[in-house]
Amino acid sequence: MQNKIEELLHEPLVVINVGLKGFAESLEQQEVEVVQIDWVPPAGGDPEMIDLLERLL
Amino acid sequence: MATGFIVRKNQYYDSVFLMGVNNRLSQIQGVQQTAVLMASEKNKELLVNFGLHGEEIESAQPNDLIVTVIAETPQIVETVLANLDQALISQEASAPASHLHSLEEGLVEKPFANLAAFSIPGEYVYREAMKALEANLNVFIFSSNVPLEEELKLKQFASEHKLLVMGPDCGTSILGGVGIGFANVVRNGTIGVIGPSGTGLQEFTSQVHNAGYGISHAFGTGSHDLSDEIGGVTTLMALDALETDEQTEVIAIVAKPPGQKTLHHLVARLKNCTRPVVACFLGTPPEDVNTNSGILWARMIDDAVLSAIQVSGKRESTPGIQLTETEHGLARQTRAKWSSEQCYLRGLLAGGTFCHQSQQILLEAGIEVYSNAPLKPQYKLTHPDHSYKHTLIDMGDDAYTLGKPHPMIDGTMRKQRILAESYDPSVAILLLDFILGYNASMDPVGELLDAIVEAKQRMQQHAGDLAVVASICGTQEDPQELDLQAKLLQEAGVILFHSNAKASLFCCELLKPAKEV
Repeated sequence: MQNKIEELLHEPLVVINVGLKGFAESLEQQEVEVVQIDWVPPAGGDPEMIDLLERLL
Repeated sequence: MATGFIVRKNQYYDSVFLMGVNNRLSQIQGVQQTAVLMASEKNKELLVNFGLHGEEIESAQPNDLIVTVIAETPQIVETVLANLDQALISQEASAPASHLHSLEEGLVEKPFANLAAFSIPGEYVYREAMKALEANLNVFIFSSNVPLEEELKLKQFASEHKLLVMGPDCGTSILGGVGIGFANVVRNGTIGVIGPSGTGLQEFTSQVHNAGYGISHAFGTGSHDLSDEIGGVTTLMALDALETDEQTEVIAIVAKPPGQKTLHHLVARLKNCTRPVVACFLGTPPEDVNTNSGILWARMIDDAVLSAIQVSGKRESTPGIQLTETEHGLARQTRAKWSSEQCYLRGLLAGGTFCHQSQQILLEAGIEVYSNAPLKPQYKLTHPDHSYKHTLIDMGDDAYTLGKPHPMIDGTMRKQRILAESYDPSVAILLLDFILGYNASMDPVGELLDAIVEAKQRMQQHAGDLAVVASICGTQEDPQELDLQAKLLQEAGVILFHSNAKASLFCCELLKPAKEV
């Protein structure tokens, strides 16, 4: 079985794009399977709250 | 002048979206400047520098939107702020929102994903990218400002789990013919390439394509990968991948000079590579490295392209890049149009690697050149906005891009600087680069054309002429179409080259002391 890096080189890309939409659009133009995530900082972007949430979940 | 601002709680948008809103608001009559940004700590510092502060801004959180306006009258400020909702709605209509907001939701939608790409603020990258690695995904990180210790932890985890981390601060990769990030449309072929810099990879892959050859894979590794702190973790893993890839016949590495420890480690690995290797660390081979190692050393990106093509195409070796007789003649004609005052070069470059390579070529020709990103500390500019003698500016430097779009996406900052330089009667040459490809501006030349024409006219009014020398990086298959962009430049009287190295050599020829001419 090929490892994940070899898969990257030899299998069709399937991409999760987190952030700028343009990156997903350019992949779509190249007929790559891609899903767009409109990312938002968790817990209002407060690092202490993010840590707390991660520990709770 | 009147100023004003508003803070909108819990309205988060990405930087490109905000740039679109900013453009809409700044077009309202009477507006001098607008800033539309998220209330991150860095952006709040930026606002303080603009003279905007107060309890409301200080207490704003990273998820809060801040809009600031400087305009001719308080009424115009009010009009702009009242138009914010309309601008947000219009921008949303041009880029419909996704219903997914987290990596976890993405994994549910695409359980067989093999790559996660991140372009989010640097302070959140470690947490999100680690989640992707733990879900057994390779990672591409465009974001910059990720602390080195976090980059190292991500790369060590990835290495232990046989996953690849391209980045942080990675602009470009091409995997199996698919361009990720800022990539050009190039032919599939047998040349593999690895590099920390986006523009370095774009120049290499475009030149290979334009010479009729093709790329197997191009791995972006991130701007810090070859530092001694990181030790080239991704570069070495990419090398392993290319060495066992059946399609790849020759491997090139194109990078700024690596850290000393990393260089020795890397050279030892390259010497044992079972495929031919071309190494370009922008400059002569490092003095303390054995050059009889079987590695083909290249001083500039163009030399690396030629070497890779010779090996791949099994062609006879050709001489390195040099100017033709016609180009020497063009240099003589160009110099003859200068006034007695004109003597300095000003380079305004969007590509960091281009700024580095141009300095290297000028310094090797004995021309001292100052910069905001100098090759030697004694050539550091006191202030990046104030050129001194021969100056090359990396316009993509953090000082210019914090809270503003990169010059590859939007030409506004370069346009302003071109016009500013044209008021200095000692300026003789303007050196520019134009970078095409996915995600770059759709009309990089068109954005600067008026400023170039105006700058040339101003110099002509003072009995001189401004030599505008430019390089263009891209292919005819790129969304912007190379020929179309090149034609616009040539019609405006720009002296155009298809490589930054060649444009830089031409500048050296223009600056030759009069006695040598």
